[in-house]
Order: sequence, then C-alpha cells, then structure tokens
Amino acid sequence: MSNKKTTGEAPGLGGEVLALIRNNMRDYVMYIALVVIFLFFGIETKWLFLSPRNLSDLINQTGYVAVLAIGMTLILIIRHIDLSVGFVASFLGAVAARMMTAGVPVYIVIPAILVMGALIGLYQGTLVSRVHVPAFVTTLAGMFIFRGLLNMVTVSTGTIIVKDETFKALSNGFIPDFMPGEGIHKLTMVIGILLVVLMVVSQINSRKQLQRYQFKVNSAPIFVAQLIFFAAIIMGIMLVLANYKGIPWTAVIVGVVLSIYNFLLNKTRFGRSIYGIGGNPEAAELSGINVQRVTLITFASMSMLAALGGILYTSRLSSASPQAGVGFELDAIASSFIGGVSVSGGIGKVTNTIIGALVIMSLTNGMNLMGVDVSYQYVVKGVIFIIAVAFDVTSRRKH
Amino acid sequence: MQIRVCYITFNIRKLHRKRGVKVDDILLEMREITKQFPGVKALDRVNFKVRRGEIHCLVGENGAGKSTLMKVLSGVYPFGDYEGDIVYEGREQHFRGIADSEAAGIAIIYQELALIPELSIYENIFFGHEIMKGRTIDWNQTIVRAREMLNRVQLDANPTVKVKDLGVGNQQLVEIAKALSKNVKLLILDEPTAALNEDGSQNLLNLLRQLKKEGITCIMITHKIKEVVAIADTITVLRDGKTIISMDATERRIPEHEIIRHMVGREIENIYPKRERAISDEVAFEVRNWSVFDPVRGREILHDVNLKVRKGEIVGLAGLLGAGRTELAMSIFGNMPGYRITSGELFISGKPVRFNRTADAVKAGLAYVTEDRKGNGLVLIQDIKYNITIAGIDKLVNGLTVNSNEEVRVANQYKESLNIKTPSVQQLVGNLSGGNQQKTSIAKWLFTQPRILILDEPTRGIDVGAKYEIYTIMNSLVEQGMSIIMISSELLEILGMSDRLYVVSEGSITGEMKTSEATEQSVMAMATKTQEGIA
Repeated sequence: MSNKKTTGEAPGLGGEVLALIRNNMRDYVMYIALVVIFLFFGIETKWLFLSPRNLSDLINQTGYVAVLAIGMTLILIIRHIDLSVGFVASFLGAVAARMMTAGVPVYIVIPAILVMGALIGLYQGTLVSRVHVPAFVTTLAGMFIFRGLLNMVTVSTGTIIVKDETFKALSNGFIPDFMPGEGIHKLTMVIGILLVVLMVVSQINSRKQLQRYQFKVNSAPIFVAQLIFFAAIIMGIMLVLANYKGIPWTAVIVGVVLSIYNFLLNKTRFGRSIYGIGGNPEAAELSGINVQRVTLITFASMSMLAALGGILYTSRLSSASPQAGVGFELDAIASSFIGGVSVSGGIGKVTNTIIGALVIMSLTNGMNLMGVDVSYQYVVKGVIFIIAVAFDVTSRRKH
Repeated sequence: MQIRVCYITFNIRKLHRKRGVKVDDILLEMREITKQFPGVKALDRVNFKVRRGEIHCLVGENGAGKSTLMKVLSGVYPFGDYEGDIVYEGREQHFRGIADSEAAGIAIIYQELALIPELSIYENIFFGHEIMKGRTIDWNQTIVRAREMLNRVQLDANPTVKVKDLGVGNQQLVEIAKALSKNVKLLILDEPTAALNEDGSQNLLNLLRQLKKEGITCIMITHKIKEVVAIADTITVLRDGKTIISMDATERRIPEHEIIRHMVGREIENIYPKRERAISDEVAFEVRNWSVFDPVRGREILHDVNLKVRKGEIVGLAGLLGAGRTELAMSIFGNMPGYRITSGELFISGKPVRFNRTADAVKAGLAYVTEDRKGNGLVLIQDIKYNITIAGIDKLVNGLTVNSNEEVRVANQYKESLNIKTPSVQQLVGNLSGGNQQKTSIAKWLFTQPRILILDEPTRGIDVGAKYEIYTIMNSLVEQGMSIIMISSELLEILGMSDRLYVVSEGSITGEMKTSEATEQSVMAMATKTQEGIA
C-alpha cells in the first residue's frame, strides 16, 4: 500500500475513495474479476466450486503454477521470457521420482533437485546474458532438450509412481493440528489470527513511516476500512480451510516462496536492479548495475522454481509421467500478465502474480467441475488472458 | 522578400557557376514557419527560399533548427503541426506525411541512412516503388534500371551486392540513386559528408554539381564550412530557430569567417554564473593515447586521444555532433557499447586504472551524466527517489535490505539542494520536465560522491532558467574540489563555463586551449578541421 500514485486531489472522503479507485483501477479490476469468476462457478456448480474441499483442492492445483509464475514475473520484468519451464519442471519431477524409486531419501532428493534446477538456469542464463542468444530462442531450445530428457528418464518405466509419503504430502497433505479432533482445524485459525495481527502491525508501521516523510497517506477511516477488508479476507480464507483439513502444505510452500520473492523485489538491491533493468536496461548498466549477472541470477532462480514446481506437480499426481509439463509455461506467463506485469517490462509484483495464477487455475478447476471440454477451456483462458492484457496496455497508456 | 536584381558582370567563373540557376525561379518558399515543442520554440518565423536548380547550403549550430525545418518540409511534422506556409512549385502545400512530400518530388537523405543492409543495391533502390510486370515484380527490369541509376551517381558497383558490404560513402550514393529513381526534384541532404573522408566528400560534392547540371535542386545541411564555400549557390544561416541571413554566393565569394560569424555571432549575455577559480596543479584524471575501434561501424572511432583534467577544473570538450565525444565518454566509463580499446591508459590521481564495466568506473570515483537522459540516463517508469539512489545504492544497503528511510531522506536532500521542482520524491521521473529530469540525473551521480564528473550535453533541451541552475551546481561542485569534463555542442556554453577546452574532430583532439584565449571562431575552425587519411 505504499506506492500510491498521487494525482488529482479530490476533497472529502468520497473524493478520496474515487481517487483511490482511479489510481488502483488495474488491481481492483483484477480482484473483482476473481470474485466474479468465483461467484460464476459457485452458481454454475451449485456452490460445489466454493466448498471448502474444492477450494483446498484449488490451492493444491495452483501451487506449481504459482511457483512458476513467481519466477516468470521476474523474467518478464527484465524483458525476457522462459518457455522451457514446463519441461524443466516435468523432467526434474521425473528425476526426483526416479531417485526416490532408487531409494534416495526425500530429504536429499528435494535439495538435489533444486540445485539441478539452478544449474539448468545457469546454463540458460549464460546463453542469454553472455552469449546474447535471445531468451526466446534459448528457452525454445530448452523446451526440446528437456522434453527429450524427460522421455529418456521415463522411457524404461513409463509413468513412475511415487510411494514416499512425505513427498506426496507436499501437494496433497495439510498442516497438522495441535489438538486433533472433530470440528474445525484449530491451528489454521490460530495462524489466521497471527497473520491478521502481523498484517495490521506492518501496515500501521508503514503508514507511520510514510507520514513521517509527509507522503500522502489514505485518511484514517479509509485506512481502517482497508485493514478490516484485508483481515476479513484472510480470516475468510482460513475459516474455509479450517472447515476442511486445514492449511495445505502447498499453501505454506507458496507462501514462503512468495514472501522471499516479495522481500527480494521490494527490499533488496537485487530487486532494485531487476526493476531498473526492466525499466531501462542501458540506464541500469550505465548506473553501475551488472546487468549480465542479474540476468544470470534471474534465470537461475526461474529454473530453480521450475524444479520446485516439478516437485509439487509430481507430488500432486503422486507420479511422474512422460506426458507432463505441456503448457505449464503458458499458464505461468498468463498468470504474470493477468497479475499486472507490464508487457514492455519494468513493472510487476509477485503478490499480484499469485492472484493471476488463482484466476487461471480457477478457470481450469471451475470448468472441469462444470464438465467443459478441454478444447473450450483453452479458448476461454486465451480470451480472458488477452482481455486482461489489452486492458492493461490501454490503462497504462492513459497515464 | 526583395527580388534580386540582375547584374552585369564579366566574371566568367561566376557566369559558369550561375548556369542553371534562374534568378527569379523560386522552387520552394517556406514562409514564417514556427514550430513549437513543449517548452521550446524550435523554429521562430523562419523564412527560407530556394531557387530552382541551385545548391542551397543550410548552416547553423547544433540545435539551431536546421533538421526541424527540413522535417517540416518533408512532412515528418505534418501540416497543422506548425504555423506558416510552404509554397512549392508555385502552390501551397499541405504535406501530411513523407509520402506526400515524396510524391511532390522531395527526398531527404538523413545522416543515419535508411537502407536495409541485408538487401541488395537494386532491391534497396526500388524498395517501396517496385517495378511491376502485371502483379509481380519485374526483377530483370529492376536490375537494368538500377544500373542506370548507379551510372547516374557514378557508383561502380554490381547492383546485386548487399548494401551492408558497401562503405558508408557508397551507401550514401545508393540512397541518392534511390531518390533519383523516384524522379526527385528537390534533394535534401542532412550532413552527407559527416561520415566521409576527404576523397569521399569530394566525390559527393562533384556528384551534386553533376546533378545540378541535370536540373536537380539540392538543399545541403552541413557543418563543414569549407564545403559550403566550395559548393553553395546560396547560404542560409539559422540560429536559435530564426533565419539570420540568406547570402547569395553566386554574387560574391563568401569567406568562411563570415559564415562562422553569422552562425555563432550573438552577444554573450550574462547567462554563465561567476565562480571562484581555484584549480590545483593536481591532475585528477588523465587519458593517454586512447584509441578505440568500433566493431559495429568497422572503423576506428577515436585516434590517440590525450586529455587531462585537474582538481577543481572544468574542462570543455567542444566539437560537432558525431565528432566522437560521447564515444570517448562511453569508452572511458566502463565501455558499455562494447568497443575495442586498441590502446591507451587511464589515470586517476596519477594511478593507472582499468574499468571492465561501468560499476568499476563508479567505484573508482567517475560519474557520467549521459547525453540522452530518457534513452540511457533515467528509468522513466520509476520514481525520483529510485532514480536518485540507483547508482549509489550500496550506500543505503544494511546487510540485505535497502534502507528505505535513508533513501527518502537522501532523495529529499537532493530535491532541496538541486531545487528539483516536484511535489514529492515519489513522483515518476517520466512526469518531470526536461530540466528537472536533468537535475535528477545529476543528483543520481552526486550521490555516488564522484571525484570526476563527466557531463554530456548537460543543458540540451532545457529552458534558460534550468540551464542557469545547472551551471550554478557545476560551479559549486568544482569549488568543492570536483573535476568536471563537460561535453557540449553549444560553443558559448563551453566558452562560458570551462577553464580549459579541447576540440574534438572526427575522433581526434584537434586543439587544446585555455578558454580565456579561445574565441568562437578559432574553436569552430578546429572543430571543422578535417583529418586527412582517416577513413
């Protein structure tokens, strides 16, 4: 809530609300779109879509796309693209499955897979940043390569079944409760309350800081209304989850990844460099930013997140299949753009990308529940995607 | 405008030169042309008259409005975008785009050539107006016609050769051939000889004389005064967006110094603030034997440059556009464009230094405010505080995180001290005026606390008030012991601000002098000095 653009001053509370809406139009439209999608599927599926069970499922399904989309957001901000994420994910997922079949303990498999992901990213990042092969070409080649490698890993076995319970829990399990029993999941509610307190404290702090520098802040009633609104959303989600089996592990993992990347982008020198390169790569280089190195790290992080996405997807299906990985990159890119990453780079937030991922995966989930044929699903997703980007482009041009 | 009276003369040479120029036959008249950009009047009631069949040289300092005037003529700035009238071939014209002016027989050849490198000569010549046979392109006929055109421009080359395999001079001939193929009546050349050596320039001038005999009228923008004297029938001088004078060179030989005087001859107003000059003997920064090869252009762009700047000194780098000053700064400052530095050393306070990338140069205490603030100076979609702190961000990092409180404090401090006019440092830089953007750019580098500050065209495109403020900032910086290298194409600015100056021409230093001993004429003479034997 810090970087509000200050445009025309309108008097009174009503004016302030209007200004707020005008300045954050893009974000609000995205939230409203998500709510509309939820309501639409809720009604169409006789509220099955909004049932605690399905929403928990939705979170588990969204996990791998969300993780990929977070990495993709950084890539797109610095004006590159990574088409290889789908097959990097499925290839490394299959490697993980093979390793576990061979008896390697899961506590070694996961870090090993993440390291492999980072290495793949270093390879692609080197090509892009040092050899100056365009990212589109580098990662298109990556699509071929990792698809082939996936086939090699799975050729002798076909689909590899994962038996390790810990691994399967990553995208199917839920956090334990401290007092297991009937009724709602108590730890989930406690975490919900903690999150609300954390949110309120941090928002009050940042507001104080803005005031200290005489920056424009929202007036007290609006600020409180915002706090209540966010608190209600958090508690609403937690209540829904608590009514099923609690917070899924996937949500925990995505939450951690999201926090790390949000921190990186907003608080660190690295994040500054990312936005600088995206906004004007030459100015960034001429300001002493090492564009090559930042690009390399961003690609490494992308493929590491692809590895994590592969782990989540393999865990979700409890198996690694030779057919996995097709179209992941499309969902990840669409999520980022729907989440407001600028198509010309330099602008984007990982927090909004998560909303974008939720939009995309709710469409998949909802249409599956409604029994819509997959071919129609692609068309619908494509149409929503292009509407979102067209809206984004036009609304940015006005500023 | 008065009509020139015919005069009687027995001077054979003049008669010869006047052949083809009918005195009263006006091909083009531009009347009272005014063109405004936000905050700047680029053209202020300019009058410009071209006779049929003449070679008309349009001269003036950088920023005088020459290119803008030609863009108005060619429809780049369409009708309605400017005030005034264009009368061409006796009719008032309303060009709405380049297509309109081309249809009327006007062709412009820019300094940056508009050829497609990967296509052959004949494809380029007829690009956009292909010779058709029915619904398909008649390639045989195209090649035949292309040969004719190449003959006309006296280029002995196979039309199937790719344009990228030609030298700059020959590419220019292809451009002219392309214009001829469209039955051009009025050919406009924007600094055609800027990238050519002596031989190439002579060839081009000869070709223009030949075309004149064929009845083609030509407007040439050039900075090389010798060429003007050699070729012009009429010379029009623009300065500060106004027509200063139009001189008939067929009547009498116009000497070089007279042209230069008109180009620069304004009173120095008191627009340069005074300062206490306290230059120490300590050499803060030195460049020795610096030669640079540009692999993209395929030639050496800087030849054995030697330059030094003392502590507390402002050193001016004068020269014409494209003389190599920006390339010098870029190659010193971490060499972002990836030139090949073939020889040379850098010294800071007498110690040799090497910069592999910009970050090294910044660490060593260099700062470079680029010429093109929007293109490679600022991140326009970010706010002021981001831009001010981007280069010196290390100073704000505690452990992992950037201290955003400090960031705001620093940004506000520079906002105050440099008088950046904005409601808040959260304002996006893209929304600021040119002068405030420039101050932001300077603030960014001051925050790195440099010892040597390179300013590249620090006042281009900003208003007089902001200029004065920037000069004041420069003065206070050198008073504090900083060394400044100022690149500027505005001669008066160099003369008004620097303690010592170097003149750069075609990648070489052609002169060094104390500003107190320099005159505009002497600097301009060095800046237009052509190097022999440099390709």
